[in-house]
Amino acid sequence: MISFILNEKLVSTSNNPGMSLLDFIRYEANLPGAKIGCREGDCGACTVLIGEINDGIMAYRSVTSCLFPLINAHGKHVVTIEGINLNNKLTPVQQAIADNAATQCGFCTPGFVMSFTGFCISSKEPSTQKAIEAVAGNICRCTGYKSIERAAKDIAKAVQNKDLNDPINWLIQHGFLPKYFTEIPERLKQIQPQTISEKKPDKIIAGGTDLMVQQPDSIYRQKIESAFNINLPHEIIISNCTCTISGATTVNDLLKNDKLLSRFPELDNYLMLVSSEPIRNMATIAGNLINASPIGDLSVMLLALNAQLTIINGDKTRQIPLNKLFTGYKQLAIEHEELIQLITFELPKSNATFNFEKVSKRKHLDIASVNTAMLIEIDNGIITKFRLSAGGVAPFPLYLEKTSKYIAGKHLDKGTIAKAFELIDEEISPISDIRGTAEYKRLLLKQLFKAHLQKVVGDEFYKLI
Amino acid sequence: MKNIDTVGHVTGKSVYLDDIPTIAGTLHAAVVGSEFAHAKIINININEAAKIEGVVKIILHSDIPGENQIGGIIEDEMLLAEHEVHYQGQPIAVVVAESERIARRAAHMVKVTYEELAPVTNPREAKEKSLLLIPPRTFSMGNIDEAWRKCKHIVNGTVEIGGQEHLYIETQGAYAYPMEGGYIRVHSSTQGPTAVQKTISKVLGVPMHLIEVDVVRLGGGFGGKEDQASGFAAMAALATHITGKPVKLVLPRHDDMRITGKRHPYSADFKIGLSDDLKILAYEATLYQNGGAAADLSPAILERTLFHSTGSYFIPNTRVTAYSCKTNLPPNTAFRGFGGPQGMFVIESAIAKAAEHIGVDAIDIQKANLLKENDEFQYGQRAENVNAHKCIELASNKFNLVNLKKSIENYNKNNKYSKSGLAIMPLCFGISFTNTAMNQARALVHIYQDGSVSVSTGAIEMGQGVNTKLAQITALMLGISIQRVKVHSTNTTRVANTSPTAASTGADLNGHAVRIATSALKKRLISVAAQELGCSEDELNIENETITLNGKITHLSWQNLIKKAHLKRIALTENGHYATPIIYFDKTKEKGHPFAYHVYGTGIITVTVDCLRGTYCIDDVYIVHDFGNSINSIIDLGQVEGAVVQGIGWVTMEELAFDKKGKLLSNSLSTYKVPDIFFAPKTIECIALPTEGPNLAILRSKAIGEPPFMYGIAAFFAIQNAIKSFNPKHRFKFDSPLTPEKVLMQLYSKDETDITK
Repeated sequence: MISFILNEKLVSTSNNPGMSLLDFIRYEANLPGAKIGCREGDCGACTVLIGEINDGIMAYRSVTSCLFPLINAHGKHVVTIEGINLNNKLTPVQQAIADNAATQCGFCTPGFVMSFTGFCISSKEPSTQKAIEAVAGNICRCTGYKSIERAAKDIAKAVQNKDLNDPINWLIQHGFLPKYFTEIPERLKQIQPQTISEKKPDKIIAGGTDLMVQQPDSIYRQKIESAFNINLPHEIIISNCTCTISGATTVNDLLKNDKLLSRFPELDNYLMLVSSEPIRNMATIAGNLINASPIGDLSVMLLALNAQLTIINGDKTRQIPLNKLFTGYKQLAIEHEELIQLITFELPKSNATFNFEKVSKRKHLDIASVNTAMLIEIDNGIITKFRLSAGGVAPFPLYLEKTSKYIAGKHLDKGTIAKAFELIDEEISPISDIRGTAEYKRLLLKQLFKAHLQKVVGDEFYKLI
Repeated sequence: MKNIDTVGHVTGKSVYLDDIPTIAGTLHAAVVGSEFAHAKIINININEAAKIEGVVKIILHSDIPGENQIGGIIEDEMLLAEHEVHYQGQPIAVVVAESERIARRAAHMVKVTYEELAPVTNPREAKEKSLLLIPPRTFSMGNIDEAWRKCKHIVNGTVEIGGQEHLYIETQGAYAYPMEGGYIRVHSSTQGPTAVQKTISKVLGVPMHLIEVDVVRLGGGFGGKEDQASGFAAMAALATHITGKPVKLVLPRHDDMRITGKRHPYSADFKIGLSDDLKILAYEATLYQNGGAAADLSPAILERTLFHSTGSYFIPNTRVTAYSCKTNLPPNTAFRGFGGPQGMFVIESAIAKAAEHIGVDAIDIQKANLLKENDEFQYGQRAENVNAHKCIELASNKFNLVNLKKSIENYNKNNKYSKSGLAIMPLCFGISFTNTAMNQARALVHIYQDGSVSVSTGAIEMGQGVNTKLAQITALMLGISIQRVKVHSTNTTRVANTSPTAASTGADLNGHAVRIATSALKKRLISVAAQELGCSEDELNIENETITLNGKITHLSWQNLIKKAHLKRIALTENGHYATPIIYFDKTKEKGHPFAYHVYGTGIITVTVDCLRGTYCIDDVYIVHDFGNSINSIIDLGQVEGAVVQGIGWVTMEELAFDKKGKLLSNSLSTYKVPDIFFAPKTIECIALPTEGPNLAILRSKAIGEPPFMYGIAAFFAIQNAIKSFNPKHRFKFDSPLTPEKVLMQLYSKDETDITK
């Protein structure tokens, strides 16, 4: 049985654990507010909120329900647009959209309302920009977004004085949420954790953001288990010089870690380039690695950081470096039953520069044509450490070993860079596909390498090339 | 006022096709589409698929009781393929099952054996092979052959224009269910309910009066549901006809993208000749429209490309020939602008290239050739109430064009790897269906005994706010509050023989029909009031729900008047019929007066290109638009903003990719990118040109849906200009969409070709 609170109502269902939450909401619970636009997390029309108690606090995040496997809803509060509607009154979010004529055909509107509502609940420093970021995964084909931006401004203003200590009650008092939200934490506590079946599952699913796109019908039919139910630690541990992230950490969990942010001051900029808010709220770090996509954004970042993986299988544990994980296109040096438990890497030193670059057809919520990360340490003009990685230029996320090894130990000068360009060309093997021609990807990686240099030496970088 | 659907939309209570509560026992359908773009069908094996539990019926062409034909303009498109397939995704079979999941699974198990044939995807290749959907058409004026001799500058060029996926967020779909006596009611997500009704009637072989089509609203249309909804509705109705059960067919996004046609890609050659003082003396172009595998609306779209092939300019000597080429792509179809944007893109490319050749700013050529009062269009109509100059002048002043250009020059001087660019797009777009017969509409207006009013027309609400405008017109004409007015679903039983809601004419045609119906009702009511009050009719009016006598309030309220009229047995129902006057077009001469009026405007777009990465952002969009006397400025502004962003998307990131075999590679939202909130221009500022508006526009409020789309074209040329600031060796390339890939390649290309070529 999967049990959760859907809006105000406790539901228990024996439906397939791999059914999408969207299908359950629309066709089992008959709540038609969430719409089907693409079923691959790329339009946001099906956005709903997932509430759960984290460290004793009720927290909500937006997710695209099309990619959310029903099993992951267990023990949670699932909120659809029907669950935030008030009687005879619009919420300030709805009112802002109405006031600014930010809805035309209306089909995408429930998704926008839910993303904005999620922003109202969870934002710590509400600003127009943050409100806009919250709807970055919502596509509207009618308005051209300017009216939605105007609505975002009104919405951000409406939550300016939110009580950060007790946001839910404040939002109830100010008409953002119905009253029943206050009772949710107590009611959630009464839902028993799911028992893990003795029988081995066909598949273990985590965020589901790729599996639910690639094989939804097969996931629906299979016996699946949730990675979140299995005994995986769910944390980020930062010591003096190393960072350890559990595999089931979501991308947005990274952004909630102040220690990590202080070591990677631009992390939020980088992660803004990784899918969209609702997807980042679901997708896990291990999932991004296991997916083995040749342009996996986190794979590329972690390759430059020389991440080590702790892999478990029952009681057995082993370690491999990330750059030995990928063996070919969608091929991994990992067995079917193994799981990535931990990802560990050395934190960049104070004299180090880490940079991530990504170019795609659309800057946000798009798959890279080429992405690349670089870690460089310079001591007295000598490059003491250098690691360059790139996606979209090989059958798997590539650590550019030759280039990296060559640069380490050299002076940062024109000669070194010229040779590095030659080596980059030798090491990569891009193919022409929907993300661009091979010729383009070759040029683009070299351009992004220049962008890395710009990060290190500033606007004078062109003197190095 | 706001769109009347607003509260429903923001609360998620508005009902779209897939939200209609289903009847118990509803079956679900899935389409089996061709794997190949061109092939012979050797065999269709349904045995395995039919064995799956829950599969009710697998429908093939042989099950069609009527005609296997859905072509609208030309009868050249089968509902279900028989012996050959002509595009990848072409429907071959329809699986009907107890659930959508089962239907989809069984659809994958229908085994079709093919003999592959060579596909043609390039329109020029199709033309070489004489694969044309209709004979070529030529619009011309003056004496082009002589004109070349007078030209100081002559420039040739080639243009490639990409198509565009509609990406309405609600995919195509229909829900059909049986009523008594063979009558079938169909809910369809269509812009053309009559086209759906006619198509179903033909496919089932039953008279049109046994088919009822009802449409509440669409989750976006943009032209994609003008003609292409008919086939899917016909499949659902056919399944209902065969099984006797309710059947729903809603396309999964991938199927929708794969099967349905898009905006037409065009390939073109141009030759333009100018005088010393930058007057365009001659313009010749050959346009190759990539029509896809069947005619669909391509002939009409080709015609509008020709109508708009000289853009906003007066060119005394022209010859433009257009070929509608038959290729092995899904039949391309209507999309906001309906061929107009492509025609305009080619002339704007010609002007840009001429400017590059002469060494002037394209704006100087644009300004020197804008239409003036009484200028003759290539198609014979005289330009009246021309606002082309007024728009560009107002735009130049209000947005300080001189300063804008100067600040861009400065920016480019001070930045090595970031360059800015600006371009202007003058707009002139003709309003009316170019097929004269389609310019008609009807409105059925009931006044109920309690004074509430019900309006039914042929207009489809798809977000453009037509229902709000119709309610406004009704309230205004009857002198009552808009709260009394309900605009109902579009239904073929209430309003018959409708034209599709398209060509930006929805509010004009249906609005005039409402005006006519409500005028007649008002006349009858005034006559009742005159009897009641014992005065003459011309002294009376209805204002704010009260009958006024020479402007003064009487004791007679709207509600009372209605009661009295009903007791006097006065008809409180009226059917208004409107047919646009004046317009005609003679296709044998390619001359006439096809448009009721034209919409003018000027768009200015500035962009910034990241010359390290090849990415770009759209900075500012400044528009002066000729709304006429807008009856709803909120809705109209929303149309401008939405259209221009869609237009920018078309020429920048929206790239349809087909492989050589005609298979769509950009078949999902992860591979076909449309603008998101971050890509939207930083500012869109739109000023209304103060004008009276023409009589033929409803309440002098001009049509709005399509025209502003074309401002987006300026983004293409602005990016080209920015590329040139970085790479002086760059020669303008007219290859749209201008994706980040093309931008990077052009930033670093070493094109040394002669500028005059």
